[in-house]
Amino acid sequence: MLAEKYTDEIVTILNKYPPDQKRSAVMPLLYLAQREQGYVTRQSLNEIAAILEITPTEVASIVGFYSLYYDQPGGKYRFQVCNDLPCALRGADEFLEKLCENLGIKVGETTSDGLVTVEAVMCLAGCDRAPMFQVQSGEGLAYYENQTVESTLQLIDDLKKRNPQS
Amino acid sequence: MSEYILLRHRTIPDLNQLEVYRQHDGFEAFRKVVTTLQPDEVIELVKASGLRGRGGAGFPTGLKWAFTDKKAWPHYVVANADESEPGTFKDREIMEKNPYQFLEGVAIAAYAVQAKAAYIYLRGEFWHIAAGLDQKIAEMEAAGLLGEKLFDSDYRLRIYTHLGAGAYICGEETAMLESLEGKLGQPRLRPPFPPSFGLYGKPTVVNNVETLSNVPMIIQKGAQWYRSFGTEKSPGTKIFCLSGRVYRPGNYELPLGTTFRDLIYTHGGGVPGDHKVKAIMAAGASSSLIVATEEALDTPMDYESVPRLGAQLGSASVIVIDDTVNIDWVLYKTLHFFSHESCGKCTPCREGTFWMRHIIDRIHSDQSSAEDVQLLGDVASQIKGKCLCALGEFSIEAVLSGLERFDGDFNARVTNGRGEELAHG
Repeated sequence: MLAEKYTDEIVTILNKYPPDQKRSAVMPLLYLAQREQGYVTRQSLNEIAAILEITPTEVASIVGFYSLYYDQPGGKYRFQVCNDLPCALRGADEFLEKLCENLGIKVGETTSDGLVTVEAVMCLAGCDRAPMFQVQSGEGLAYYENQTVESTLQLIDDLKKRNPQS
Repeated sequence: MSEYILLRHRTIPDLNQLEVYRQHDGFEAFRKVVTTLQPDEVIELVKASGLRGRGGAGFPTGLKWAFTDKKAWPHYVVANADESEPGTFKDREIMEKNPYQFLEGVAIAAYAVQAKAAYIYLRGEFWHIAAGLDQKIAEMEAAGLLGEKLFDSDYRLRIYTHLGAGAYICGEETAMLESLEGKLGQPRLRPPFPPSFGLYGKPTVVNNVETLSNVPMIIQKGAQWYRSFGTEKSPGTKIFCLSGRVYRPGNYELPLGTTFRDLIYTHGGGVPGDHKVKAIMAAGASSSLIVATEEALDTPMDYESVPRLGAQLGSASVIVIDDTVNIDWVLYKTLHFFSHESCGKCTPCREGTFWMRHIIDRIHSDQSSAEDVQLLGDVASQIKGKCLCALGEFSIEAVLSGLERFDGDFNARVTNGRGEELAHG
C-alpha cells in the first residue's frame, strides 16, 4: 500500500497544493505508484483515487492521456529513443533500427529476458545531441546523448550484469 | 557573443552553486524589487525593456503581467518549463546550468503580481532537472530567499515544481493549467485568458523559462541596457536552438536580429558534406518551411523580419534541412508528431491530424496519386482557423508551405513512384 510505505512523501506532495485542490497531486502520486511497480496497478489507481477523493475512472483517464504512465508492465528498463525530425536528421531512425536488430526485437517490444523495452518516442529536447534516448525505470529517468548502437549495447550489457536474475 | 544575459554559466564556472551565483550579484535584483520597488514599478520596468515572451508567441511580458486582474485573489505564477517542441532544448540548459537566475526570475515575476505561490511545470522527462530545482529551492529557503517575511518585508513566496508526463499539448498555457489542476491536459476556450482566469480559476501569469530568466538582469542593469541588444521591436538576446544538418548544433545566445546565415554558417559551421541548405524551419516542427534562398539566409531572425519569409520566429528552434532531404519525408515526420500529440478535444485538430498522417503515409510509401497531394492540402486548409488552440494551426504550417514551396518533391513522388532515391526518400 502506497499510503503506508510513502506516508511522508505523500504529505510533502499534498502540501504543494492548496488544501481544497488536492486533485493537483494526481500526477506526482502516479509517479510514486509507478516507481514502485514499473506501471500503475489497479490497486494503486484505486488508492490514489481514495487519497484525492476522486473516482478511479478519473485517475485512469490521466494514466491513459499522458504517455509517461503505463497501465501494463514492460521491461525493467524502457529505452525511449527520440526519432522526431531533428533527431532523424542526425540518424535516429537508422540508430533505432540497428539497435532493435541487434536486440532481436521490433520497436515497442521487450527483450526475452524482460530487461529492456525499446520504444520510439516524441521529442525529448536533446535534438543537438542525437541519436539520444531516455531510460525510464524504477530508478527514475536518465538521458543518454550522442549515442551509437555500440555504446547503447554496452549500456544494456552493464544493466544485464547489474540485474543477473532478470 | 561577447556578453551573455542568459547563458552566463558559459563564462562563469559553477554559477549553479548558490554561493557563486550570489557572488555575481545573484538575488540582488530580487532584493531590490522587494525592498525598494512597488509591484507596478517592476511591471513598468519590464514593459520599458521591451521583453517579449520567448516561448513562441512573442507577447510583451510586462503587458501580460499588467493584465493580471487585481480584483480577484490569490494570484499565481506558473513557469512554463514544458519544452517539448521538436528542435527546442534551451530551457533545459538554463535550468541545468543557470538555475538560480531562472528561479530569481520566477520570484521577481511573483512579486510583480503579488503571487505568494509559483509553480514550475516541467515536462515529465525533465525528472532530473526537477530534482535539481527542488534542491536549489530548498537551499534558497534555508538562505531566507524564499519563505516568510522576505528581506524583512511582509512579502512571502513559495516555489514548487510539478512534473508533467509526456504531453506536448501541456506547453499550451491553458492545457498546462488544466494539467496542473490534475486534469487532462486539454486547452480551455479563451477568453477568459489566464491573467483573469488561470490556475484554480484565479489570475495567473504564465511565462516561459527563458523569458523569466531575462528578468533579473533587466532589473539589475536597466531597461536601456537591455535595449542595447537586439532590434527596436525585438530587444535583447535570444537563445537560438540550432539542429539538423549542421556541423555544430547547439544553443547559441545571440542578439535578436542575427541572420540565419550567421547562425548556420558562422556559429553552426555550415552543412556537412558541402551540401546546400534546402529549407529552414525557424520555430521547430511548428514552422512553415522557409526556402533557403540567399535572401532568406540574410534575413534577420527577429519577430518582425521572419514573417516576411512567410514564417514565424516562434521559439527560435532552427532546424536546418539540406538538399539530400525530400520534403515529403519532413511532413511525414511532423505529421506523425502532431497526430500523436493532438489532445483530441476539438474535431478539426483530432480528425485533421489523423487524416493528414494517413495521406502522408500513402504519399511517402509511393502508394499515392496526384489527387492525394491535393487532398492533403485540402484537409490542411480545412483545419486552418478552426481549432481551439495553436496545435492544430501548427500542424498545417509545414504542410501548406511544403506543398506550395516544394511542390517538385511531391510531384516526383506521385509521378515517378519511388523516384530518385534520396537519403531519406
